[in-house]
Amino acid sequence: MLQIGFWKRLFIWGLVALGLLLALPNAFYTRVEQSNDAVAAIEIGADTPENQAVAGQWPSWMPSSLVNLGLDLRGGAHLLAEVQVEDVYETRMQASWPEIRDALRPERDAVGTVRLLDSDPGTLRIRIGEASGMARALEIVRGLARPVQTLTGAGSTDIVASGQGDVITVTLSDAETQATDERTLQQSLEIVRRRIDEVGTREPTIQRQGADRILIQVPGIGSAAELKAIIGTTAQLTFNPVITRTTDANTSVGPGEKLVPSLDESGVFYVIETAAVVTGEDLVDAQPAFDQNGGPAVNFRFDSTGARRFGDYTAENIGSPFAIVLDDEVVSAPVIQSHIPGGSGIITGRFDVEETTNLAVLLRAGALPAELTFLEERTIGPELGADSIEAGKIATMVAFAAVLVFMVLSYGLFGLFANIALIINIALIFGLLSSIGATLTLPGIAGIVLTVGMAVDANVLVFERIREELKSARGPARAIELGYEKALSAILDANITTFITAVILFVMGSGPVRGFAITLGLGILTSVFTAVFVTRLMIVMWYERRRPKQIEV
Amino acid sequence: MRLKLIPQETNVDFFGRWKLWLGISALMVVIGFGSFLLQGLNFGIDFRGGTTIRTQSTQPVDIGVYRDAIAPLGLGDISITEVFDPSFEEDQNVAMVRIQAQGDEEAVTTETIEAVEGALSAVVPDIRFISVESVGPKVSGELIQTAALAVILAIAAVLVYIWLRFEWQFALGAVAALVHDVVLTIGVFSELQIRFDLAIIAALLTIVGYSLNDTVVVFDRARENLRKYKNRPLKEVLNLSINETLSRTLMTSVTTLIALIALFVLGGDVIRGFVFAMIWGVIVGTYSSVFVASTVLLYLGVKRDWTKQDGGSGTQFANIDA
Repeated sequence: MLQIGFWKRLFIWGLVALGLLLALPNAFYTRVEQSNDAVAAIEIGADTPENQAVAGQWPSWMPSSLVNLGLDLRGGAHLLAEVQVEDVYETRMQASWPEIRDALRPERDAVGTVRLLDSDPGTLRIRIGEASGMARALEIVRGLARPVQTLTGAGSTDIVASGQGDVITVTLSDAETQATDERTLQQSLEIVRRRIDEVGTREPTIQRQGADRILIQVPGIGSAAELKAIIGTTAQLTFNPVITRTTDANTSVGPGEKLVPSLDESGVFYVIETAAVVTGEDLVDAQPAFDQNGGPAVNFRFDSTGARRFGDYTAENIGSPFAIVLDDEVVSAPVIQSHIPGGSGIITGRFDVEETTNLAVLLRAGALPAELTFLEERTIGPELGADSIEAGKIATMVAFAAVLVFMVLSYGLFGLFANIALIINIALIFGLLSSIGATLTLPGIAGIVLTVGMAVDANVLVFERIREELKSARGPARAIELGYEKALSAILDANITTFITAVILFVMGSGPVRGFAITLGLGILTSVFTAVFVTRLMIVMWYERRRPKQIEV
Repeated sequence: MRLKLIPQETNVDFFGRWKLWLGISALMVVIGFGSFLLQGLNFGIDFRGGTTIRTQSTQPVDIGVYRDAIAPLGLGDISITEVFDPSFEEDQNVAMVRIQAQGDEEAVTTETIEAVEGALSAVVPDIRFISVESVGPKVSGELIQTAALAVILAIAAVLVYIWLRFEWQFALGAVAALVHDVVLTIGVFSELQIRFDLAIIAALLTIVGYSLNDTVVVFDRARENLRKYKNRPLKEVLNLSINETLSRTLMTSVTTLIALIALFVLGGDVIRGFVFAMIWGVIVGTYSSVFVASTVLLYLGVKRDWTKQDGGSGTQFANIDA
């Protein structure tokens, strides 16, 4: 007959209570959000009385996870960036040129003079004076190759050298390009993350997508252009030897050299060596400061290797100029007055205070290893989001009320049970969404509304079945039992198939679609749970109390 | 007194004119597909690339003025539509400006957006740009591929599931209904030229899920009745099963429709297309589970002589519950 054991009852009600408790913070959204922010602020050291007071708005023993609001509800910016991983191959090859040159130089007798030829980005073409010394030259170049440090690339080396006539071609090996791509992406992710964190915005999403893409979502930011400005600036700082200073924009440059404009003086160009002495990667610190004339400047400090290289270079090149190059523009090109051993220095230029502050931030965060191109950008204004929430709320409430009334009209008391289960169901969805940290989007709200409509389906299946079983007049208890028993297969099949589509949506979809898939999927789980267990338990409890001779469904 | 959508006992003959219904459905599918081929879908920027800008101003929207402001920029095809919604304030005038993807640019150009915003600000001083969305052609191409793949995958997964739980004839019937629903939904979007974007794919997949829900409930009952009435003809058994589940089918459709209509009217214009797709899908899905899925099943027939094996018409997986 209708029997559900005590422990089962306790477990079902316990689960419902847990769900309600987890959902509760969402009912006090603003208050809990402020409290959470204050708690976070206290944790990082801002332990002020104001923060304490705000944190106290929500008791700390209560669950405090909230449903994240998606960009379309909160407003903010969304960017999909593609990392131009090829950029790094070029830098890598350029950086290896001095090394190769220095390695071949002692062997001048065998290989002759060594010259760099023009070549495609990502390859080095080197001409040696003596074609007969090719074997020796290749041996030396290959000797410079280092093993690749990845699982898949085990056993291979990072560069591949081949010789033809008197020209050596050096490229990165396949294993190394793969490893490089991976590293570039990880580095880019990290730098994007740090830059966005420096600006201090709430809950940014910075995710890798596929092989070479980064998805960036920042709620509350004014526009995608603003976001791009934060992450898009490369701040690639290098110190390069200067070959000459010119005012001719069409000066021809040799291989391994390049022409860059001056940042301040228009019409002035410098020819510099492409291979840098030290780069921004060797920096350990950068701070806004003032130079001896009181102009804004940036102080920087190198790490030990950077300091040594910088020290050696300045010791060897006293009297010649070197360029401080920022994003392919020469900030300044001072003449080296003396050996600079300490590994620290100052960048001066026509900056204002804000510029130096930003520059210091960018230098600290490190340069992006490769350029980002933006494939997709979306800005959603906060008011549109607020309107959507408002509309979604009203629509959900109206939908909810209409369904509640309709169910009571159709099934009477049983309809009321189904309605209580429906309310529990919605609360459970919110509880689950908050505890897994899912994001609620506008289609997500639609998913909830759809769940409201469909959640009653399982109950309807059962009630209709009970009605049918009542006709065969086997008494109400038996009819209820059979109703549940026989409807179960239809409920499961129907919901599993819908769940399959929700899973596919989740896997294939992105952004808002994914939000919809999550609420739909969770809605299916909770509605099956509430229909199969919660309503049944309510009906059983009611039946035990009343023991009606006959029931009307 | 209880609200009853239909009498407790129904005995409608759903298969009396099954050839007619199947014919009508086939014709609708052909029309829908033809419309899709001839007219094509009004793809949103998700699938076609480009930029949409949502503007808001206190002055009424004059599309001509907007167009004249943007035209000198030479951005190719521009579409400007005014947006109406009952939830808007009196002086809230909203328009959507859509600009096609510029040339072969892989990435999104900030300059274009700034130029358009500048031009519009010049003619409508208090204009504000509520949302700006740009999708590069590279991504839009991929999005359309994944979207198509998602729909196909969902249908395939369902085919397999129903085949495992029922019989292959059931699976084919269900999938015929799904294809019917998807084609008709795409057809209505192409016929009415409603903007078809990523969210509509989500709606399509939900329709797939919903229609299936309905179909499976009917099939589940048919499976049960096939075991119960071993000697009655398939047509009668199917008809009985549909009649028995009719009340539930309508109840669920009506509750879902109530919820969806509330969302359609009150949910704001941003998701209206999405909700429209769902409403249409629920109606078509309910129809198809009776008139397409079951009819196809009837046409294909079901192997019912399982005397050598245990049980009625289910596979061995069918007895794990119920």
